Amino acid sequence: MSLSPAIRTAMAHAAAQHGGPKAAMLDALKLVQEAEGWVSDAHLAEAARVLGVTTAEIDSLATFYSQIFRSPVGDTVILLCDGLSCYLCGGDAVRDAVMSKLGIGFGETTPDGKFTLINICCVGGCDRAPVALVGPERKLVGPLTPDDLDALIGGEAIGGAR
Amino acid sequence: MTRKIEIDGRIIEAREGDDLLSACLTHGIDVPYFCWHGALGSVGACRQCAVKVYSGPDDKEGRIVMSCMTPVADVERVSVADPEAVAFRAQVIEWLMINHPHDCPVCEEAGSCHLQDMTIATGHIDRRYQFTKRTHHNQDLGPLVTHEMNRCIACYRCTRFYRDYAGGRDLDAFGAHDDVYFGRAEDGALESPFAGNLAEVCPTGVFNDKGWSRDYARKWDMRATPSVCPHCSLGCNILVDQRDGHVKRVQNRYHGALNGYFLCDRGRFGPLHVVSDQRLTQPLLHGGPASEQDACAAAHAAVAEGAIGIGSPRASLEANYALQRLVGPERFFAGVSDAEAAIVRRMIDILRAGPATIASLHEVEHADAVLVLGEDLTNASLRLALALRQTARNAERELATQKGVPHWLDPAVRTAGEGRRTPIVVATPLPDELDAIAALSLRRDPHGIAAFGTSVAAVVRGETSGDAEASRVAEVLAAAQRPLIIAGCALMSATIIEAAASMIAALGDKARIVLLPPDPNSVGLALLGGAGLDSAAALLEQGAAKTAIVLENDLFERAPRVTVERVFAAAKSVVALDSMASETTARATAALPVAAFSESAGTFVNYEGRAQRYFAAVPPLPSAPASWRRLDVFGAGDWHNLDELIGDLIVERADLVGVADAAPGAAFEMADGQVTRAPRPYTARTADDRAGQFADAVIPVDADSPLTFGIKGARGTLVPPALITSYKTSGQHSANNVTRFVEEIGGPLRGGDPGVKLLKRSNTALPDVVLAPAEGAGLWLIPLHDAFTGGELSRASALLTARRPMPRLLLHPDDAALHGLKAGVAVLIDGESCAASLTLDASVPRGCVAISIGQLMGRGPLRRVRVEAAQ
Amino acid sequence: MSDKPLTGRARADRQPHSLAAWRGLGGYTALTSALKRHSPEAIIAMIEAAGLRGRGGAGFPTASKWRFMRTGAEKAGPGARYLCVNGDETEPGSFKDRLLLEALPHQLIEGAMIAAYAMGATEVIILVRDEYRTGIASLSRAIAEAEAAGLLGRDILGSGFDLTMRVHASAGRYIVGEETALIAALEGERPVPRHRPPYPAVSGLWGRPTTVNNVETLSAVPSIIEHGAEWYQSLSRTEEGGTKLYGISGCVAKPQLIEAPMGTTARELLDLCGGIRNGRKLFAFQPGGGATAFLESADLDVPLDFAHTKKAGSSLGTGAMIVLDDHACPVASIGRHLRFYARESCGLCTPCRDGLPWVAKLLDALEAGKGTQADIDVLHQHVALSGPSGRSYCDLNTGALTPLKSGLERFGDIFTAHLAGHCPVGRA
Ligand SMILES: Cc1cc2nc3c(=O)[nH]c(=O)nc-3n(C[C@H](O)[C@H](O)[C@H](O)COP(=O)(O)O)c2cc1C
Ligand code: SF4
Ligand code: FES
Repeated sequence: MSLSPAIRTAMAHAAAQHGGPKAAMLDALKLVQEAEGWVSDAHLAEAARVLGVTTAEIDSLATFYSQIFRSPVGDTVILLCDGLSCYLCGGDAVRDAVMSKLGIGFGETTPDGKFTLINICCVGGCDRAPVALVGPERKLVGPLTPDDLDALIGGEAIGGAR
Repeated sequence: MTRKIEIDGRIIEAREGDDLLSACLTHGIDVPYFCWHGALGSVGACRQCAVKVYSGPDDKEGRIVMSCMTPVADVERVSVADPEAVAFRAQVIEWLMINHPHDCPVCEEAGSCHLQDMTIATGHIDRRYQFTKRTHHNQDLGPLVTHEMNRCIACYRCTRFYRDYAGGRDLDAFGAHDDVYFGRAEDGALESPFAGNLAEVCPTGVFNDKGWSRDYARKWDMRATPSVCPHCSLGCNILVDQRDGHVKRVQNRYHGALNGYFLCDRGRFGPLHVVSDQRLTQPLLHGGPASEQDACAAAHAAVAEGAIGIGSPRASLEANYALQRLVGPERFFAGVSDAEAAIVRRMIDILRAGPATIASLHEVEHADAVLVLGEDLTNASLRLALALRQTARNAERELATQKGVPHWLDPAVRTAGEGRRTPIVVATPLPDELDAIAALSLRRDPHGIAAFGTSVAAVVRGETSGDAEASRVAEVLAAAQRPLIIAGCALMSATIIEAAASMIAALGDKARIVLLPPDPNSVGLALLGGAGLDSAAALLEQGAAKTAIVLENDLFERAPRVTVERVFAAAKSVVALDSMASETTARATAALPVAAFSESAGTFVNYEGRAQRYFAAVPPLPSAPASWRRLDVFGAGDWHNLDELIGDLIVERADLVGVADAAPGAAFEMADGQVTRAPRPYTARTADDRAGQFADAVIPVDADSPLTFGIKGARGTLVPPALITSYKTSGQHSANNVTRFVEEIGGPLRGGDPGVKLLKRSNTALPDVVLAPAEGAGLWLIPLHDAFTGGELSRASALLTARRPMPRLLLHPDDAALHGLKAGVAVLIDGESCAASLTLDASVPRGCVAISIGQLMGRGPLRRVRVEAAQ
Repeated sequence: MSDKPLTGRARADRQPHSLAAWRGLGGYTALTSALKRHSPEAIIAMIEAAGLRGRGGAGFPTASKWRFMRTGAEKAGPGARYLCVNGDETEPGSFKDRLLLEALPHQLIEGAMIAAYAMGATEVIILVRDEYRTGIASLSRAIAEAEAAGLLGRDILGSGFDLTMRVHASAGRYIVGEETALIAALEGERPVPRHRPPYPAVSGLWGRPTTVNNVETLSAVPSIIEHGAEWYQSLSRTEEGGTKLYGISGCVAKPQLIEAPMGTTARELLDLCGGIRNGRKLFAFQPGGGATAFLESADLDVPLDFAHTKKAGSSLGTGAMIVLDDHACPVASIGRHLRFYARESCGLCTPCRDGLPWVAKLLDALEAGKGTQADIDVLHQHVALSGPSGRSYCDLNTGALTPLKSGLERFGDIFTAHLAGHCPVGRA
């Protein structure tokens, strides 16, 4: 599936606005990810073509940033903080509970494609530690305990796909 | 301005504008490093070059800094030996070795590995890291370059060379932290025709020469010989590595004025034509195998009947001279079209007349405005295209300097320069990769290009021109301090050469000029004199001679088929001497194999008129002696060795006396004896020697060079520059150690860069020429050159075959419509069938047809051709 | 006049003000007076008199930085000049800029505009970390409002001053917050630090003069202009002016953000957070985020400003105080940090790229009771050889090794005790 005309236009627009094709590469990657959830090789190559950069150049950037996903993710991405403040507030127990509940480790997606669990550095929610960011809004949830994972995973905290 | 700095008690006089590491290295002070590179500058990534600096006489503490990032101007007192600095450097190498596989025994690089040298120098012996090493996936980067990412130490040299220096865009750094990866987005051949340099730029074994890797020999089992690239007219210096008489690979041989640190891939991989199956290994009679005796007898008989000589721009000056001696100057012809012979002679006249200075590649890099008039540098003179990429950065360097950024701090220069570009104007018929760095790209047909040049010259002289672009370009060139004009034979247009001449005349003595002939010894051949093949054919047709001796030349490559056919038709016999089998040798009455450039010594004269000697990397087989030896037998002279031949040459030709000084003669010896081709002194025999049993006793004799094939002999920094066979000094085995051999980083070799410039300024006015208008009907022929496989020799390199483009025949769609031609049809060119079908391409100028030269047809003058649909 | 120039005007629900509401609270009066009544140099002088120091971690005097930009512009010649606002906040324990971005976008915009005017910037680019989606939305909305109201663009408030402003959302990487990496990120290059010199003030974004300021630094500016340097200075308990947004997290009863006078002590902050949770005892704290050295109970009365914290052997950093109680294992805690820093290394320079992962693995092994004395020696060697600033390309590595260094110094016995095969902490 190729990218929608709207996305392609937005990419070109970003290049015009932000100082050229190179400076717009990250915007382009985000546009793809917003629409598709992740950045496939095909879409990466397409974005490169729209901007007039090489796939190597855009992938060089894509693979540097931790929040550009170059492999498929589940409907809901859970970013679980592994910073010190969260650790001090019981982050490990939450981590273990999430992992056993979903049956996956960091960087993995549940077989049903619903959830991807990713560890992330301190997300600026230390006053609510331990925390996670969920869904497309990167909604901050916390303080989490192993007991209230249903709320996290059950969906009401998430508010939509990805 | 220099400045005294104290380094561990020693006072050195360092240039203020340099970085401390460069200063140390040029003064023979060992500081280990990885990311710094003489041509790529400093980035400060590896942190290996740490030293301690003290702020004044009272400073006892000192401070650890990276020497490559420290301006000489900022320091007074330095310690390399300081225990803390030593400990830090040992720690850095330990970090680098954490993930480095201990695969030296199976790694190609071992033995000439910068990482090995530095590891040993810093004393890292014990592994303390006990965890799993990270592993990477390797990529298939095409036929030329290997990829073994686990060996990577993340110095970023590869991307800095490939992207920043050479303008390639398909290699990059990926990932982050200890998972950085250098490669392509996906498997596939590296696109840049400079990718081969990665093998040398990489300080360890990630990137290597794939041909060598497949046909591998250890560094210490190979002999290296200084040579000159035979694949274009620039004259880049190379080192040819061989083992057991088999050429394994070519590496860069540093030349401050020419190639510096880098070669193009045609020059690096092309010379493997000498080990291709297209070598002429056996004498031929009428195309069929014959004995040496029979073939020689036939050749002798034919020569005795009265012969003309047809020389070659790819044979040495000496071989051409031998042929000229044999047949006499009136019967000696250049093995190229009359038009080409005239153009190259005219180029020499222009260069001699002045007032412009002939620009070396190094000087090209320092121009402040450039006009490329018709040359396809990207495909025909690649190393020059690479030089222009550096020229383009002069404006940004200037702005960076204004902001106080030192020139060696390369990444900072790139940003501080705000993307400013030195004005480069590329006037070519077809789109060019240099357009990416050009201030202005002009697309005109060959006549339009010549007319443009003429208009520019007129405006510079103060006349007016209706061509607004010409006026603009003239203004830029006139305002420049070091304007450079580049023209040459790519389009084989005499009028373009005249336009270039009028431009430099108008610009005066500040102008720099580069005029590019096609072949490695085009200038040497032209200096000997003689018209081209059309004249040769005419003489034969008059019956003035019966035989044509063709020296190291496939005539079908270098002249239109009709002309060559005239020669074959008019000559009773054709005697061909060549190292390569070709249509010419197949059709010759007698063809005799001769040594290739890697099996003989000789001189090429490059585009600058620089005579440069190459030597035999491999002892020639008795069955294929140097071509001049065969001519000697025919009666050309009475020479026992090359020096004697050169002796005769310079007596006869006082203007070529410099040839004798291009390199020391065979009698030259140093205190340790002759200069050895072997990489390092051995007390015991190497594996190579053992294989030959008592090899020391049977060291092949090389009467034509001051080099020995033996393992004992002179080496090191005192070896004359033209004879350098390795950059090894104590503890340093990799080519990075070239820093020891130069006067300054990026500057000339100590003792002067190799070669002698033959073209002396005559300061006589350039005689006018009257150019005959081109006749005939049809489309103007634009030759398409191939970057990797331009020329018969590089096409024979098996490694480059895979990079050979499909032969192309391009026509503007409107012209195609006009001639009733459709895309994909088979066509006839001047009535001859063409091996490529027609492609429509709107970038071809109207009224022109672009055709792969060499692959589809021979070179020849700028002319019209008839293109019509085949039945 | 609130004594909380940064957060005094925030809504309790952390929702951003509309432009109108912000104006109702006196918003953009500082901008108006700056543009109408003060010369750029006068503004810089006010900032200097107020004693404002950078809140991004290094505490560099803000006025000096702005002046560099003016001299840098002279060297660089005419053309664009940039103010980049650093909203990358990824330092472990820091959560102050999030509030300022989400709840007080107009305050930041106003501060950035005044700063841009003072230093002669032509464009403001605010880089915000990707995860702060709420902050990005709130800021973008506020910029649009300001543009619509003519507060941004050409001839602002009839002063002849032109300025554009935009938000750049990052994509997750701590190193992006390093100022030269941030500049590279905006250019679309791999966000890898760049060498200084040349300083960004001379050659920054696209080679043009550039200043990078932290969100909190700039958020303090409007109040200073509005109420004066003296007032701002007087809010502080020490020489260093104003208030600080302290963020206290870890083993406290009520982790929270507190805007308090500069120089407030850790003891006071702990009290405001309800003390150590579960009635345990304080073990140690990092006063300014993950990259700062540990302090202990004896240091509870150190006024937490840049100078005093430094004197006590640590640094104020981002003012993010991470508190460890006596059940928290310092080896494990430092290990968390090192894993983070190792992962976030940009991969450019060797000590950080290859040294930190090794250190992190050694700490993991030690935490798991699998370490050896030789491992501890290696840790010491890293601290000694690669810790000091200047050994690695940027200060990520230096910062990363700071907690380890102080940990080894202060709690060396606990490291050694781990050699017995189990963690000795909190078992008593
Ligand atoms: C590794 C590293 C990460 C940094 N991250 C941030 C950051 O997220 N936010 C920030 O404001 N400053 C960060 N800094 C400091 C910036 O480099 C810079 O000093 C600061 O933004 C300047 O703003 P200020 O003068 O207003 O403090 C970081 C520095 C380093 C070395
Ligand atoms: S210390 Fe070196 S590797 Fe680490 S983040 Fe800085 S520049 Fe990158
Ligand atoms: S050579 Fe100096 S840091 Fe790499």
